Amino acid sequence: MSTERERDGESSRTGTFGEYGGQYVPEALMPAVQELEDAYERYVLENEDGFMDEFRERMREFGGRPTPLQRADRLSERYDREIYLKREDLVHGGAHKLNNALGQVLLAKYMGKERIIAETGAGQHGTATAMAAAHLDMPCEIYMGRTDVNRQRPNVYRMRMNGAEVNPVEAGSGTLKEAINETMRDWATTVERTHYVIGSVVGPHPFPKMVRDFQSVIGKEARKQIQEQAGRLPDSVVACAGGGSNTMGTFHAFVPDDDVDLYAVEAGGSSLEIDEAEGLAPNSATLSTGTVGVLHGAMTKLLQSTEGQIMESHSVSAGLDYAGVGPELAHLVETGRVTPASVDDEEALNGFHRLSRLEGIIPALESSHALGYLERAAGTAADEASGRSPRDEAHEELGDLVVVNVSGRGDKDLETVLEETEKRDLAAAPEVEVFDQ
Amino acid sequence: MSDENRRPKEGNSRETRAESGGGRRAASDDAQYDSDIEAAIRENYPALITYITAGDPSLEATKEYVEALDRGGADLIELGLPFSEPIAEGPTIQAAINRALDAGTTPQAFFELVDDLETEAPLLVMTYYNMILQYGDEPDVRPFVERAAEAGLSGIIVPDLPAEESEPLRAACDKHGLDLVFIVAPTTEGERLERIMSQVSGFAYVQARLGTTGARANVSGATHDSLARLSAYNVPKAVGFGVSKGDHAAEIIEAGADGVIVGSALIDLIASSDEPSDAADALEAKAAELKRGARRGAETDEVAPEPEQP
Repeated sequence: MSTERERDGESSRTGTFGEYGGQYVPEALMPAVQELEDAYERYVLENEDGFMDEFRERMREFGGRPTPLQRADRLSERYDREIYLKREDLVHGGAHKLNNALGQVLLAKYMGKERIIAETGAGQHGTATAMAAAHLDMPCEIYMGRTDVNRQRPNVYRMRMNGAEVNPVEAGSGTLKEAINETMRDWATTVERTHYVIGSVVGPHPFPKMVRDFQSVIGKEARKQIQEQAGRLPDSVVACAGGGSNTMGTFHAFVPDDDVDLYAVEAGGSSLEIDEAEGLAPNSATLSTGTVGVLHGAMTKLLQSTEGQIMESHSVSAGLDYAGVGPELAHLVETGRVTPASVDDEEALNGFHRLSRLEGIIPALESSHALGYLERAAGTAADEASGRSPRDEAHEELGDLVVVNVSGRGDKDLETVLEETEKRDLAAAPEVEVFDQ
Repeated sequence: MSDENRRPKEGNSRETRAESGGGRRAASDDAQYDSDIEAAIRENYPALITYITAGDPSLEATKEYVEALDRGGADLIELGLPFSEPIAEGPTIQAAINRALDAGTTPQAFFELVDDLETEAPLLVMTYYNMILQYGDEPDVRPFVERAAEAGLSGIIVPDLPAEESEPLRAACDKHGLDLVFIVAPTTEGERLERIMSQVSGFAYVQARLGTTGARANVSGATHDSLARLSAYNVPKAVGFGVSKGDHAAEIIEAGADGVIVGSALIDLIASSDEPSDAADALEAKAAELKRGARRGAETDEVAPEPEQP
């Protein structure tokens, strides 16, 4: 609602984080966005009609919360410090995405909406939304880029099993950006009875705040658990960052803890260089290399040409493959509260194999970026001997007690990992050639 | 509308506009209209407003098409500056934008095209907010608006910029005498409608139906509702989204609009023509058909206000 603006009696801008955020949407969507603002304030912030109680109860029974914070024994040994893993891979559906999807589908029900739409990149948000919609008996349609449909088949089947319609989007490079465009077009057509369950802390206000709030359970639990299990707050918290929903969800509770360093690890892809002529960014490192602009409803950091055309991003991980990032995360990086970092495809793949072999946990390729950063920043004697670049200056800053968010499990990525591993000589990988025999 | 930001200027041909920057008229002009855009609609009632995407399939072709539309009877011409993520567009204009981007259309080349254009009809640019923000060295809307005024554009339409976020662009447009045209959607009601209508400059772009742009078979019922809701406001109203035929134009004008906006139907003609010269002929004929349709609607509309006498 416009109440906040009217109270302040000043700028008409609402839902901003420093210069980032806002509501850059077509006029037809503004009433819906404001209706959502109102619903967010009443149900989420003020727990009207016991909304948040029902949400938390369903996340316990249906979603499997709370998730454990697990001491990673062999990683702790390898890095000579205490490493704890926040196990969001154990949330129902295999990723943190359900925290937000269930919250929003339930909110849509409270708002009296009759239909759910959502975009998906890797398919994790789509599957989470399809599960939540089936659970709460709401019709559901998912938009997914053609490239992603082809590379994430199992997730397409899962969505359909849950009764969702999956609409492939043929435009552009057929990834997340195009899927969001098409979902926004659907929403602009059906806005009066449809809720758009946006999958990350992106989009117009109130989505960045609302999605963060639904995801903030990750950090709230982890903060409590680490104090119970390790007796104190961590020195640092590490999470991967694409759009930034697991990042903000993990960091939010720790932001006021000035002594806790926060590391947002982006996909460095194959290179951080941008090919302006081709409109390609062979990475998704928006926080590290992006510039200020407006995309999908918010002012934020973007991978774009100097003229303002949005780049085709790249990452081995479909879930990080996005040319934008949440406005609040962009702001926290700008103020210095969050440190951005990026690891390339190869480091992420090594992170994937290392956790699988050392800890018996197959992580999502997205989460593997956080694990790849751990290897680089925490360093090991073995790596230095092998002539890798000197230890990152983050080595010392990472400290003695580290929490890493494992945002999802990697079952969905097995085919990609096998394919990408065969192309490379990876230190941490098993002999994948024999897998098919 | 307030007049405090108007700049005095002389004449209203596009050439003079370009020299003095922008299309706003001074209160002291002989006409009582606030801008060239408003005048173009009022004086040419019922007005035909046409949209094509600049650079589809090339900027040279666009020049030919704009001149053809001008000859055919377009009273205002919107030129789309292509952006890679056109969330308000349906498949037809998306495809046009892709063709324009594939042809390498840049904001610089777009403005150079506009520098060269000589038309009776005032020109507007329609583009997404990020394109405006990125023109110049820093993220700032002012260099774009300054260049637009220099090129002789009379107004700007931004489909992803609601009134709530429009202050910086509004201020820049006022400074350079450009109209910032707002869209009124079928969902725009109550306080928001009031706020938008109090900020309207040039004309109110009445979105005929929910959804994206694209030619449709019928005029939507929402058009009649929207025009009825807006009838109390004394600003020019032009209806777009789905208009493709002379009969649509007639129906919309009869329902009380001051103008019709046509885009996708014109782009279909461009996309289906083998030669740019064929497309130009087809565009000229289509513009004439739409203008005739609009006039028919004005004749049968006995209660419609006559164009105000200068």
